[in-house]
Amino acid sequence: MTSKENKKTKFSLKTLIKMMKGYKRYLLISAISLILAALIWFAIPYVSSIAVDYVIGENEEVLPSIVKSIIESIGGREFLLSHFYLLPLCLVLFTLLNGLFVFLRGRNIAIAAEGMAKNMRDALYEHLLLVPYDYHKHISTGDIIQRCTSDVDTVRRFILNQLLEVLRPITMVIITGYIMFSYNVKMAVISIALLPILTISSYFYFKYVRKYFAYSDEAEGKLSAVLQENLTGVRVVRAFAQQKNELKKFTEANKDYKDKTYKLIKMLAFYWGSSDVLGYTQILLTLVFGVYFAVTSDFTVGGIMLFTSYTAALTWPVRQLGRVLADMGKATVSLSRLDDIFNHPTEVEPGKALKPEIRGNIEFKDVCFAYDDGENVLENISFSAKQGQTIAILGSTGSGKTSLVHLLQRLYPVTRGTITIDGENINDIEMHHLRKNIGIVLQEPFLFSRTIMENIRITNPDAPEEAVYEAAKIASVHDVICEFEKGYDTLVGERGVTLSGGQKQRIAIARMLLQNAPILILDDSLSAVDTETDLAIREALNKRKGSATTFIISHRITTLCNADKILVLEDGKLVQQGTHEELIKQEGLYKRIAQIQDMLETELMEGSEE
Amino acid sequence: MNGYDEQDFDRADERINLSIWKRLLKYAFRRKWLVLSLVIAMAILSTIDIMYPLLSRYAIDTFVMNQTTEGLVPFVVLYICLVLIQGISIVYFISGGGKLEMQISYDIRQEAFIKLQKLSLSFYDKTPVGYLMARMLSDIARLSEMIAWALIDIFWTSTFLIGVTISMFVLNWKLALIVIVVLPPLLLLSIVFQRAMLKYQRKVRKTNSKITGAFNEGIMGAVTTKTLVREKRNTEEFKEVTSEMKHSSIRSATLSYIFMPLVILLGSIGTALALYYGGSDVLKGVHATITIGTLAAFIAYTTQFFEPVQTIARVFAEMQSAQASAERVLSLIDTPCEIEDTPEVEAIYGDCFEPKRENFPKIHGEIDFIDVSFAYNVGSNKQVLDNFNLHVDAGQTIALVGETGAGKSTIVNLLCRFYEPTSGKILIDGVDYRERSQAWLQSSLGYVLQQPHLFSGTIFENIAYGRPDATEEEVIAAAKLVHAHDFIMKQEKGYYTEVGEGGVLLSTGQKQLISFARVILADPRIFVLDEATSSIDTETEQLIQNAIKYVLKDRTSFIVAHRLSTIRNADRILVIRDGRIFESGTHSKLMKQKGYYYDLYTNQFKSEAADKILDK
Repeated sequence: MTSKENKKTKFSLKTLIKMMKGYKRYLLISAISLILAALIWFAIPYVSSIAVDYVIGENEEVLPSIVKSIIESIGGREFLLSHFYLLPLCLVLFTLLNGLFVFLRGRNIAIAAEGMAKNMRDALYEHLLLVPYDYHKHISTGDIIQRCTSDVDTVRRFILNQLLEVLRPITMVIITGYIMFSYNVKMAVISIALLPILTISSYFYFKYVRKYFAYSDEAEGKLSAVLQENLTGVRVVRAFAQQKNELKKFTEANKDYKDKTYKLIKMLAFYWGSSDVLGYTQILLTLVFGVYFAVTSDFTVGGIMLFTSYTAALTWPVRQLGRVLADMGKATVSLSRLDDIFNHPTEVEPGKALKPEIRGNIEFKDVCFAYDDGENVLENISFSAKQGQTIAILGSTGSGKTSLVHLLQRLYPVTRGTITIDGENINDIEMHHLRKNIGIVLQEPFLFSRTIMENIRITNPDAPEEAVYEAAKIASVHDVICEFEKGYDTLVGERGVTLSGGQKQRIAIARMLLQNAPILILDDSLSAVDTETDLAIREALNKRKGSATTFIISHRITTLCNADKILVLEDGKLVQQGTHEELIKQEGLYKRIAQIQDMLETELMEGSEE
Repeated sequence: MNGYDEQDFDRADERINLSIWKRLLKYAFRRKWLVLSLVIAMAILSTIDIMYPLLSRYAIDTFVMNQTTEGLVPFVVLYICLVLIQGISIVYFISGGGKLEMQISYDIRQEAFIKLQKLSLSFYDKTPVGYLMARMLSDIARLSEMIAWALIDIFWTSTFLIGVTISMFVLNWKLALIVIVVLPPLLLLSIVFQRAMLKYQRKVRKTNSKITGAFNEGIMGAVTTKTLVREKRNTEEFKEVTSEMKHSSIRSATLSYIFMPLVILLGSIGTALALYYGGSDVLKGVHATITIGTLAAFIAYTTQFFEPVQTIARVFAEMQSAQASAERVLSLIDTPCEIEDTPEVEAIYGDCFEPKRENFPKIHGEIDFIDVSFAYNVGSNKQVLDNFNLHVDAGQTIALVGETGAGKSTIVNLLCRFYEPTSGKILIDGVDYRERSQAWLQSSLGYVLQQPHLFSGTIFENIAYGRPDATEEEVIAAAKLVHAHDFIMKQEKGYYTEVGEGGVLLSTGQKQLISFARVILADPRIFVLDEATSSIDTETEQLIQNAIKYVLKDRTSFIVAHRLSTIRNADRILVIRDGRIFESGTHSKLMKQKGYYYDLYTNQFKSEAADKILDK
């Protein structure tokens, strides 16, 4: 994954814009509200100062010319004196108006950010289901989940808290800059002299500090891993009496996390402290030069107050600006990590996408299959299966058994050769139609975290309960389910019962049965079931099977020997095929395995006859 | 797993429980000097904060009004000194707060981890690992943050509020009363809103964990989804969750965007009241009771007055929500150990962290179960074992055979003292094992699980897990004995190959071989094996069977057995049914009996019988 990341540090803005679909106007309303709110916020302190300095203190200096002309047009100071309540009322009204825009800004940006996040999550989820199987084999689940949750969250927070926050200091700088420069250019320059330094140094500091955030995160991950291993391996820890060493390991990780995070906090503390010094120095500059100009030339007390208050109002948002700009980097990194997922192509339909009725006559003709990296998995596999036949596959781990049935479902594309079902090339059969007609049970089947009933009914939600019970009975799992407190309504997974491997396999078999597909695949799916139950299930399956073509992958000769055809795979080659009787006469893998398993049998019998 | 559900988070209406916080504060006060110095830094900071406006006024009054620059340089120097002191105080204050926070979380984590090492296995059987992880990581982090910063926030805001209130009353008590009228509605508003916001935030968090879960399931089950052609429906279902997330997030955000303007509005009403009454009074001229300076001060105070009120409301709301975390962490620390060595035993043999190995009597391996009864839930009438008796000579191999749930694992759990008998006793070399320490038994015990557990690290470290001081020769010798050496040498870095988290980079069979080597190296007197049922390819299977032979040699062994070869080689086979020994003896003896054992195994291995049934 890391190599991929390095290749693609750029992200396309396109993804973000696509994800904002339907929410752009909220963004716009929010931006306008923000500017209006900022404008009004500037006016509020004026009301108090008009009341105190102008109306009561009879000092006209504090009034900018526009305000002065407005007041004069309604009757000047006399009018305000006789209607003194107007000013406090104005104060409340302005605040109310400001509040209204703050609300509009907030609500609209929230709609935009959360809407974007929803679009993004939905798109990711769907995309992950549509990418080829191969993709899933090569990813780390933790990494992808990390991207789908925290990276999406980083982008969401960026829009919610930061995107528009850039506007606020800029608006403020423009307004105050205009007022200050029109008032006194020299003082204006002095009053904002240090602000660019503040922004730029914030920006670089936060870029620099980012790696310390990463160190702290890594240390936390390490702590979490040590803890997790200790907890899951608690029996081993106890059995080897290693509590002391475990405590040592944990203490190290705990201390490392503490130290690294403390270091990070110290660096942040240094930032806040030093940028405060810089900010107050700016205020001091304004004050001192204001005083100096007031003493030596024509600058006024009102001017000093105006400039110091504006400098103070500008300093902290401008400092924040640097931080926001630095954090933007985080959002772009997150976006590029998400783009990485989106850029992986989804499954394609290479052929005619037909939806024929499927009966189950299958033929493999010179089928070869290799992974993208060129590793050969299957070579020149040819065999045929007639509707209703049972095909057994035997082979050691890595011989290509599972790949063979995956090809049939088009989970992988065939590299060379053809697979046909009822004479139709599977590449021409619509993918979903094909898969719907093939029922498969994997060695480690996956159940969804919902009730057992819903799990069995998943391909056929309208199936009557009786059909579900029937399927569960065939899979020898009905009694087990009934023993659970909530029976078929028992939740599966983390929040429900923990099922054993055998129980999962049997529920998956019931699920497959309810699918009623003309082609069935049991990929070593009775391995965790004891032999007795294995037998019972196969017997029941046999009875029920009817015309379904069945593939069985197994290590157990007893499971295989009754098949119509047994395929023996070795290193991706089909080395033997035939019935049990035929194969047992040939020298080869099948005979060897049969003999080993036979020996066990004989030993057993000898044991009883000793 | 009831009780470990999300419902844990739904406790919005809980009152603040002082006793919990008092107990947690003790962690902070372990560092008295740090807390004290933080308070001092805070006092310096607020003093300087209050001084800035005074300095500006002084500058205007002294220099501008008198039209002089005399004394401007000392003024600047003083100002710069204050700024620097403030800067240093801020650095100290923030890093000190961070230090306090990290120390508290470090301490609580250590304490909880030590507790976890002592808790009995019954606790682990009942408690999901994910639950414990959440307690140890996020709950403790949240808690420490609260203790460290809430303490500071509350102290700071309340001093500030009290200070401002006093100054206002001193300046003019009538005007102060008028301004303070705004305070009760403000406080009420804050409390109501903070609670509502918390409720929504909790909902958002809950939905968020649902989304994470859905992603997890979506990815883990992607292939199954494909084969079942559920892509569309699963996406539709997922969209319902994200819509829920979107709506509750927007609602939560909206609420806070109503709240903030409302607070500011109430504040402005306070300012307006001060301005109106104060201003009208000033305007009376000679009859005025208020000066213009006082009015200006009042207006300045009212604008600063309401922020701390918000802070207090927020801190209390956060405390309320963090309290759930606190309760969960404290209840973990307070969980009683079901299996504990008595003080007398601990005095002689030490505890699990500091065992006094020199006092450990050597174990020969003779084992007796005497009238042992056991139930997993105390009070439940479902006895797993009922008056179970068993004598095993040192060095014997016992195979436990029977259906799932018959009590095989329970016997092993009791032997390892992962659980203790409800009644009856277990003797090792003739002594009740409760008279010796757990570490004593466990240091002579080897244990291989059905699902072998490896720790991340190298293969070498894993083999040497039980004896970290083992030399390379010893480790290799152990690996050779169980035939793990060859496959290990085939790995890229041999013995120094990383096994990955939980051993993900190795196959189940390989993990098993490594765990056998681990046992050989630790050389325990008593060996327990929970055989795997899962299928392993035939060759590795052979290696494992050979390995088992070596491991069993000269040890008292208990095997929860599934393989015929292991069962056949056992000195004694115990067929367990319903918590009792149903049949017992050697393989041949049991086969001759033609009883339950015979049925079990003819069914399992006679393929002819199977074929006949299939042919029907």
